[in-house]
Amino acid sequence: MTWRAFLPIGVFLVLAVALFVGLGRNASIVPSALVGKPVPTFALPALDDQTRGFTSADLKGNGLSLVNVFASWCAPCRAEHPQLMALGQRDDVTLYAINYKDDPAKARAFLDKLGDPFAAIGADPTGRVSIDWGVYGVPETYIVNARGEIIYKHVGPIMPQDLEAKIVPLLDGAGS
Amino acid sequence: MIARLMIMIALLMPLGASAIGVDEKQLDDPALEQQARAIMKELRCLVCQNQSIEDSNADLARDLRTIVRERLAAGDSPQEVKRFMVERYGEWVLLRPPLNARTIALWVGPLLFLALGGFAAWRLMRRETPQAPPPLSAEEEQRLKQILERDS
Repeated sequence: MTWRAFLPIGVFLVLAVALFVGLGRNASIVPSALVGKPVPTFALPALDDQTRGFTSADLKGNGLSLVNVFASWCAPCRAEHPQLMALGQRDDVTLYAINYKDDPAKARAFLDKLGDPFAAIGADPTGRVSIDWGVYGVPETYIVNARGEIIYKHVGPIMPQDLEAKIVPLLDGAGS
Repeated sequence: MIARLMIMIALLMPLGASAIGVDEKQLDDPALEQQARAIMKELRCLVCQNQSIEDSNADLARDLRTIVRERLAAGDSPQEVKRFMVERYGEWVLLRPPLNARTIALWVGPLLFLALGGFAAWRLMRRETPQAPPPLSAEEEQRLKQILERDS
């Protein structure tokens, strides 16, 4: 009886731990390829005459930015909107939006009802610019630093707990 | 007889319509369209995850199919089309992961386990094989003969 006797149980334990960790991961969240990279180059037209167009130039040299991809037909977007309104109160981050495959009138009605925290809203009726951002569903939210690099991607709605646990600490840390 | 034939034909009809994306605008060059289909089979649909974009009817999959066709038509090689997707969605978008430092365990793991299992099985089987007894010495041979003769 030497260490060999414990080998099978050792192998089992290592495998069990590795597989258990794998089980706990949420496989539906695709790891972002764009975090740490500069934002794609794009120029989106304004959603309507109440806002202005949104281009990649907006994201360079203007401090921290938050880019939210939303649509009026997307229910989780409604759920996260109060959190975006709260972020709109901060003066260290500018909020921008990409309106994904939406009817501009319906998008405006959505914002009239829930509030408009965005400095500019670009319309992406074909979803092409969103694909350049690596969007695979709405809502998705990106945080961009002053150099125009994506530092964080949030898939799905920003819920109050996400705001507290991830977004606000990130903004506080990046701003100082 | 004719009625039966009609029923059989009717039953076969829906099979042709089950392919996804047939209503989409395909490339004029059949060889290029073939190439596009091959690339689509290799790209993961990000919404439905375990389907390729070739057999997913998700909205995003359709958009990505359009991009695959456009880029091929514009003269991109299949590698360049795949790189376009990887730049946006990461290597995860490839249904067949490339062999690199991060995926080495994925590729070598199964072989390693097979080798380990094979080695363990070989060790076990060798231990179970009874050792052939050493041949009898001349003296023992003599005794055996005596015993056999005495008994008969």
